[in-house]
Amino acid sequence: MAAPTPEREPVISVRGATAALGARPVLRGVDLTVRRGEVVALLGANGSGKSTAVRSVIGQVPLTGGTIELFGTDRKRFRDWARVGYVPQRTTAASGVPATIREVVSSGRLSRRRFGWLTKADKAAVERAIDLVGLADRAKDSVSALSGGQHQRVLIARALASEPELLIMDEPMAGVDLASQEILASTLREQVAGGTSVLLVLHELGPLEPLIDRAVVLRDGCVVHDGPPPEALGQHALPGHDHVHPHAAGEPLRTGLLT
Amino acid sequence: MEMLDLAFMQRALLAAVLVGITAPAVGIYLVQRRQALMGDGIGHVAMTGVGLGFLLNSSPVWMATLVAVVGSVGMELIRAYGKTRGDLALALLFYGGMAGGVLLINLSPTGSNANLSSYLFGSLSTVSEADITAIGILAAFVVLVTVGLRRQLFAVSQDEEFARVTGLPVRALNLLIAVTAAVTVTVAMRVVGLLLVSALMVVPVAAAQQLSKSFRATFVLAVVTGITVTLAGTVTSYYQDVPPGATIVLYAIGVFVLLTLLATPLAKRRARAAEAGAESCDAPVPATRRPSDDVKV
Repeated sequence: MAAPTPEREPVISVRGATAALGARPVLRGVDLTVRRGEVVALLGANGSGKSTAVRSVIGQVPLTGGTIELFGTDRKRFRDWARVGYVPQRTTAASGVPATIREVVSSGRLSRRRFGWLTKADKAAVERAIDLVGLADRAKDSVSALSGGQHQRVLIARALASEPELLIMDEPMAGVDLASQEILASTLREQVAGGTSVLLVLHELGPLEPLIDRAVVLRDGCVVHDGPPPEALGQHALPGHDHVHPHAAGEPLRTGLLT
Repeated sequence: MEMLDLAFMQRALLAAVLVGITAPAVGIYLVQRRQALMGDGIGHVAMTGVGLGFLLNSSPVWMATLVAVVGSVGMELIRAYGKTRGDLALALLFYGGMAGGVLLINLSPTGSNANLSSYLFGSLSTVSEADITAIGILAAFVVLVTVGLRRQLFAVSQDEEFARVTGLPVRALNLLIAVTAAVTVTVAMRVVGLLLVSALMVVPVAAAQQLSKSFRATFVLAVVTGITVTLAGTVTSYYQDVPPGATIVLYAIGVFVLLTLLATPLAKRRARAAEAGAESCDAPVPATRRPSDDVKV
């Protein structure tokens, strides 16, 4: 079901995207396609432009050139945000005022019901999303009482609350303990089995590796690899792979693909 | 209870209740965005409006509303677009507003420093029939916005970037929060004064947070706290000859201390319960990696 078929229509189509932060070019002609049902990982070192690429797809970073289409519609004219679930790069789901997990996840439903009361169906979708990330028994707890991994699970539940067809996640595994990583991987597996397309920024493949159909590797704002996911450590054939051997004396243990 | 027979006391109590409701209702969103001191800035800017009102011989309340709205929209635009030195721009706006107010009020024939101080520190006993009408209309607007749009304002204040991706009109909602905060400042101006207005927006929310776990509970508890301290402060100032604004703020801080003391045993019990229920998060962020990374799951 989740197997990529090249003929399927693209849900994300980025062509020759260029973007700059201040005077510094961050994207220098990026092509990126995610087809329906595909799971694509965006990999690269810090500062390679992977977060900027994802944030330009959802309209948070303006492009200086190139085009982006979401579900075949030019991004500037795209309004159907309920089809997109977004997980921003965050270390916390908390803010200046206490809020429960249910309250935070409910705001993900705004893309389906922008104004007016939440219906029974809306509330059921919120409960389902909380259940999917394994926090059902804590729905009434304040998010400030959660661990780092649980924060990330709340952010993902918030994205799932709109029952999206496309999930865009920026480093969902950053700072997540192993137990939560496994839960996130199984949540994602269920979504993908149900036909959801996924674009996610990762620092390393980790427990998500078996799910990933294709990997796109960025370096200095350019795509240097687009194909099957490179196998983690042991495979040094990746272009631009400046891997630090984890056992090298004096070096900190690095486990990323491109460290 | 003979004070309820006095017309000026009726007006004072009504104004106090309206402020007790509106100030925390807006303040909660400012605290959520970590802009707790925004109300203070708007208060400074509103000074120019009061001065203008005196100079042009029009109602200081409406003039202050107008200027505060313009000022808060300016602050929001600086926050949204001015990436660098936003704090300096805000400082200019605050102190410019304050200085403008003092200057204008001294230029006007009817204004004096005594008049000014009634706006700086509040003057409940001089609240007129027209003031009450203005305060009532403005308070209705604030309640309508903060309660009616709570889901949307919560989302925008919680995570602006995420809110934008849900398709919410984030810029418009941010401006609405700024305008509502400005309106609240002028509502509260006659009761607690421009210099203490921010306290009533922030302290009840801070107090409520000590006990609450949810946004909804924080909201309700903050408004209840707001009404309680404004009423208590007004009544106290009737029996003892003390300034109502300062009394109200000190009561609010008293409630904060009280709830903090109450919350300590509660937090301990919660921590113990969480400890008992914890299963997996033995390692906090970031967790240790497995020794070899090529393990397939």
